[in-house]
Amino acid sequence: MPQAATAASGSGPTDKDESAGLQMLEIKNLHAKVKGREILRGLDLSLKAGEVHAIMGPNGSGKSTLAQVLAGRDTYEVTDGTVTYQGQDLLALSPEDRARAGVFLAFQYPVEIPGVSNNYFLRTALNAVRKYQGQEELDAVDFLALVQKKMQLLHMDEALMKRAVNEGFSGGEKKRNEIFQMAVLEPRLAILDETDSGLDIDALKTVAAGVNALRAPDRTVLLVTHYQRLLTYIVPDYVHVLSAGQIVKSGGKELALELEDKGYQWLGEPDLVAGA
Amino acid sequence: MSTQAQDLEALANKEYEYGFVSAIAEDVVPRGLNEEIIRMISAKKNEPEFMLDWRLRAYRQWLKMTEPTWQNVHYPPIDYQDIIYYSAPKTSSDGPKSMDEVDPELLEVYEKLGVPLKERGILAGVTPSVAVDAIFDSVSVATTFQAKLAEDGVIFCSFSEAVQHHPELVQKYLGSVVPYTDNYFATLNSAVFSDGSFCFIPKGVRCPMELSSYVRINSNASGQFERTLIIAEEGASVSYLEGCSAPKRAKNQLHAAVVELVALDDAKIKYSTVQNWFPGDKDGVGGVFNFVTKRGKCLGKRSKISWTQVETGSAITWKYPSCILQGDDSVGEFYSVALTKNHQQADTGTKMLHLGKRTRSTIVSKGISAGVSQNTYRGAVRMLAGAEGARNYSQCDSLLIGDKCGAHTFPVLEVKNNTAQVEHEASTSRIGEDQLFYCRQRGISNEDAVSMIVNGFCKEVFKELPMEFAVEAQKLLGVSLEGSVG
Repeated sequence: MPQAATAASGSGPTDKDESAGLQMLEIKNLHAKVKGREILRGLDLSLKAGEVHAIMGPNGSGKSTLAQVLAGRDTYEVTDGTVTYQGQDLLALSPEDRARAGVFLAFQYPVEIPGVSNNYFLRTALNAVRKYQGQEELDAVDFLALVQKKMQLLHMDEALMKRAVNEGFSGGEKKRNEIFQMAVLEPRLAILDETDSGLDIDALKTVAAGVNALRAPDRTVLLVTHYQRLLTYIVPDYVHVLSAGQIVKSGGKELALELEDKGYQWLGEPDLVAGA
Repeated sequence: MSTQAQDLEALANKEYEYGFVSAIAEDVVPRGLNEEIIRMISAKKNEPEFMLDWRLRAYRQWLKMTEPTWQNVHYPPIDYQDIIYYSAPKTSSDGPKSMDEVDPELLEVYEKLGVPLKERGILAGVTPSVAVDAIFDSVSVATTFQAKLAEDGVIFCSFSEAVQHHPELVQKYLGSVVPYTDNYFATLNSAVFSDGSFCFIPKGVRCPMELSSYVRINSNASGQFERTLIIAEEGASVSYLEGCSAPKRAKNQLHAAVVELVALDDAKIKYSTVQNWFPGDKDGVGGVFNFVTKRGKCLGKRSKISWTQVETGSAITWKYPSCILQGDDSVGEFYSVALTKNHQQADTGTKMLHLGKRTRSTIVSKGISAGVSQNTYRGAVRMLAGAEGARNYSQCDSLLIGDKCGAHTFPVLEVKNNTAQVEHEASTSRIGEDQLFYCRQRGISNEDAVSMIVNGFCKEVFKELPMEFAVEAQKLLGVSLEGSVG
C-alpha cells in the first residue's frame, strides 16, 4: 500500500492521518470522445487519499482529455465507463458542483478575464465552495488574511490580487496563480495539467515547492505531464503511462526515469501511439 | 448540461420588473398632431408667446422633414397621427404647490419604482444626496428638495415651472445646443414637448447634491416628449442622473426626448443615464422606441461635459449623446454600455465636435449583444480647422453572447487640423466557452460567471457612474442577462 506524503517535506511517506489511504477517485473503463473522435479508450485508474500520481504519455495520448473530462468540460463526451469520486458519481455533477465538492484543475492554459480582479474572482469562487460545503462565507477582511498567508507560499506579490484574472500575466505568473488558487480553495483532488510547461527552472521550483507544501493526507494530486522534469521536484508515489487512451504501464517514481531514458517508443505499440 | 439549460429557461421567463400600469385619472388632448394641438398644449401650460412661436416654427419645419433611415435599425412605420401628444395626471389647474398636494397614488407609483419623492433625509442637518424631478407621462409631478437647493441659488424645477418663473433663461438657452431644426425627432420634440427638467447652477456653485429625473410613461397611446435643459455657469459643477421605465404594452410607444447641456468657463456637467424602458417581450412585441437627441456644448474655456450611459431597455435605441467642444481646452467624455437581448436593436454612440484649441475627448463604448439582437456603435469625431492640438481617444469594444446576435461599428473620423491627434481602438469578442468553463471549474455558477465576465467587460464605464447608480447598473445588467446564455 502506498503511503501519504506529509504536507511539510513533500516526500516523506510517514503520515498516519485517518483519511490517508481512503479511496479518492476510481475510474473504470472510461471512454471519451471529442468532435466525434475517440480519445480515451477504456481507461482505468484508482487514486487514494494522500497520494501523488503522475500521468505521463506522448502528445495526443489523451492526458489533457482525461484532465478535462474529470473537470466536466462539455466539449468532451463520455461514451462509456464510470468515475467515482469520494463515493459519488462524478460524471453526474456539473463542472461547478465538481469544483465545489473539491475537484480542482490547474489549467494548462489559464484563461484571462479582463476587468475582473483576481481578488473578486477568487473570493467568489471560495465562497461558492464554502457555501456548498456548509461553511460560512468569508467577508473581505477574513478573505484578505487568508490570501496573505497563501501568497507567501508561492512568493506572490500582493499587487497581483488587484490585477484582472491572468490578464497580462507572464506564463510563469499564470501557472503560479493556478497553484495559488489551489492553495486558497484547498481541494481534495487536484489535477495539474502540464503545470510545468512554459516555466523556467526558477519558476518551476517555486511552483513545485507550492505543490509540495499542499501535499496532505486527505488530498490527492494527479500530475499530468509530458516530461520527467517536473517529477524531479514533485516526487510522485505512482507513475502511469498513458498511450492511445489507455494506461499501458504503471509503476513507482522510477518509471518516470526509465521513460526519460528510453523514450515512449520503448513501450512498443508505436502504431497505437501514433494513432492517438 | 440539461439542468443548466432548465435553469436558464426558468430565468429567461423572468419578466420586466417595472411593467405595471397605474390607474391614474389623466387629462389628455385628442389623438393626432396639428397646429391646434400644439396651441392647446401651449395654452394648457399657460406659456408666453415666444414659446408658442418656437413650437409652431418647429412644427412647420417638421412637416418638411422626413424620418431618417440611415440608422441600422428596422421598425414598422410610425403613425404620428395615432399618438396622444399630451397626457397628464388630473390635478388642480396650477398643479401641486408642495409635496403634500401631490396625488398619493402617484407617490405610490414612484415608491414602487424605488424612487423616493418624500423629502426624507433632511434630519438634523444631514444633506440629502439626491434631489428628484419626477416626470409622469407629459408632466413633471414633483420635484424634491427645491427649497434646499435654492439656498445655494440652484434652480431645479420642471421645465414648465422654468418657463413661468425664469422665462429669460429659457429663452436664452432653449435650442441653443439642439436647435428646433436639428433632426426629425428633435424637431418633433420641439413642437410638442410638454415638460422635462430644468437646472441652473449659478457661477461658482458646486451643486450640493446629485440632481436626478425619473421619467415614467404610463398612458397607453401617449408618446413621451420631455426636454431637459441644464446650464452650469462659470466655475459651477453638477452631477445629473436620469432613470426611466414604462409599463408593458403590446403596442410600441414613442419616446423622443431632447437634452441640452451648456457649460460656461470652467464649468463641469456630468450626466449619467440608466435607461430601462420596456424592451418588448421575448418575441419582440411591444417596447419603447427611444429616439433621443442629447447634446452638450462646452461653450466656456476649460469646461467639461461627461456623458455616461447604461442602455439596457427599449425595443429600439437611437441616441448619440454628443459634445460640441467650443471653448479652448474644453473636455468631452462619453462612456457607454449598451446591452441588447432578444429582439432589441440599438444604434448608439456619440459625436465629438472639436472647435476650440487643445480640446480633448474620450470615447469608451461597450456593446453587449445577446439573443437575436443587433447592437451598433456609431461615432463621429470631427477636428475642425481651429482645433489646434486637439486630441481624441476612442475605444469601442463589442461582446457577443451566443451566435445569433450582431455587433456593428461605424466610426467616422474627420481631421482638418494637422496638429490634432485621433486614436481609435476597436475589438469584438465572444464570451468564451473557455472563460465560462474556467469560472465554473472554480465553483462559480454559469449565470454568475456570465455576469462577472460582462461586468468586467464594462468596468471602465461603470467606474464613471456615481456610486448608487453603479450598483444599480450592475444589478440591472445581471437581471437583463438572465437567460441570455446557454
